[in-house]
Amino acid sequence: MTTVSLREAHTFHAAGQEFLYLVPSAGVFALDECSSAVLDAVRAGAEDEDAVVAALTGRFDAREVTGAVAELRRVRALGDPAGPVPKILPLKPVPLQTLVVNVTNQCNLACTYCYEYGEDKIVDTENGKQPKFMSEETARASVDFMLREARGNPTAHMTFFGGETLMNFPVLKATIDYARRRAEEVGKLVDFSLTTNATLLRPEIIEYLAEQRVGVTISIDGPEEMQDKFRVFKNGMGSYDVAAPKIKALLARHRSRPIGARVTLTKQTLDIARIYRHLHDDMGFWEVGFAPVTTAPGRDYAIDDTGFDDLLSQFRALADGYKQAAIENRHHGFSNVRETLQEIHQGHAKAYPCGAGLGLMGVSTDGDVALCHRFAGSDEHKMGDVHGGVSWQTQQAFLESHHINEKTDCKTCWARPICAGGCYHEANTRYGSTTQPNLHYCEWIRGWTHTCLEIYGEIAVKNPDFLRQFEDDVAERVS
Amino acid sequence: MKHLKAINVKAARMEGVTREQVTRDVDALQQGPPQQPDPPHIPNGCSLVFAPGWEADRNGGTAGLCQPVERDLFDCHMGCFWPAQVPDQLNHAPDWTAKCAAAQKDWRKIDLIFPDKK
Repeated sequence: MTTVSLREAHTFHAAGQEFLYLVPSAGVFALDECSSAVLDAVRAGAEDEDAVVAALTGRFDAREVTGAVAELRRVRALGDPAGPVPKILPLKPVPLQTLVVNVTNQCNLACTYCYEYGEDKIVDTENGKQPKFMSEETARASVDFMLREARGNPTAHMTFFGGETLMNFPVLKATIDYARRRAEEVGKLVDFSLTTNATLLRPEIIEYLAEQRVGVTISIDGPEEMQDKFRVFKNGMGSYDVAAPKIKALLARHRSRPIGARVTLTKQTLDIARIYRHLHDDMGFWEVGFAPVTTAPGRDYAIDDTGFDDLLSQFRALADGYKQAAIENRHHGFSNVRETLQEIHQGHAKAYPCGAGLGLMGVSTDGDVALCHRFAGSDEHKMGDVHGGVSWQTQQAFLESHHINEKTDCKTCWARPICAGGCYHEANTRYGSTTQPNLHYCEWIRGWTHTCLEIYGEIAVKNPDFLRQFEDDVAERVS
Repeated sequence: MKHLKAINVKAARMEGVTREQVTRDVDALQQGPPQQPDPPHIPNGCSLVFAPGWEADRNGGTAGLCQPVERDLFDCHMGCFWPAQVPDQLNHAPDWTAKCAAAQKDWRKIDLIFPDKK
């Protein structure tokens, strides 16, 4: 008599079929009628194989049932309860894939919710020790650091960030030239991207970005009244009227890379469909990605629990459009779905929520290296600097204390292979420590992951070829 | 697999990896799917495995073993973690078997190991 018991997995249905998202392996399997019935029988209380066979007598042949049980065991959907998952840390330094370079910590806007200048900032950018603009010398050292730390990787990604990146355009340009030259010398490729609020775009800058194939992400919150609610100049004037024509000029000229919009969602600007329509349909962005504002609890613009519920149903409605488009092989620009589908398709079971401190690091204007750009300049989160490098001991200590196994709250959550506790910076802002999981959006993450799994399942049944595009690893999104 | 279909990249890898394990099972006389759960990892030839011909030959003696009994020396310290039985060759006694090129012939040359006085 072989006992059978359920192991950790999340069930979802799509296109009339049952699917299993296995935890912690992150494998996705489609079940046929028999294996689906086996799981139902086990859920209903069958404790051994004979009981399962007995429960399904008349519906399925006994050999079919034992065959299905064996397959479910083989992928560990059934079996003995899982013991603790071993905590596996990298044994040697991981190659750097992306270096985010904060070329300035100054900005010509004064968005009230900004994590860099607003109420929740962690670095004093006004009177702090860092220079307000990165020097060419530090930028060159950053390039050398990146190429060194890329180790065996053939490609390195450099992302320019700020502040407002275009406030230091001369250094940005010089850095790209230098990086291309150095990369050629060491036989690597470098890929560039930047994030900007678009207000400082000029025709010659647009020309340069298009020619150099620099990936561009524009921070914009939607139509005029939404954009102007928080994204304002220092005198309080909204930035839409300045940004919009420049964005249109950029989109018209820069065709060498798809250009995305990055929307910060607040309690006051929670109208996903309208924002998407405006940015994608009216303005012509290739993709639009949304992220709830990072804030300490209780801020006026913070999205509260009911706001997250509302957000989820709005996301679902827009995601439905993505699903239809995918089934019909059309493009849809809701990048949050694309990114989640990519993660689901690859099935990485993450021990860390993102690449920060692992394959991604951020450099502040004085050359200090931190976990990511959001921590750049913070002494508390410094891991080294571009001249002396990052010590492997420091990195190991970080990996040791931030591993998913250290996050007790995550241990029973089925979404942990994909979430792994969420953004370090968000946790630091909310709970005062990067080691904390982001418990305020657990329901949201599970709800959203479930929705994306359903979409994934349906695409897998109706247009499986669409999923091939997700087979390559891509560089991490920076926001 | 017949009842489950691997959908994502990880699932396909899991299917590939478990396929290897399944074919390692003795399946010549089996009908249907593999009858045994995944075996634990045990080094080949370890005495934990009941392997006739390893501990005693078919007459109960040691003359007709399929592997010479002296090979225990090496199997227990190279292939298996068996700290009580043989000296710690990694840390304290790196040259423990230096004089024993072929266990069957040279096993007498292996001497006792004493703790370092330093």
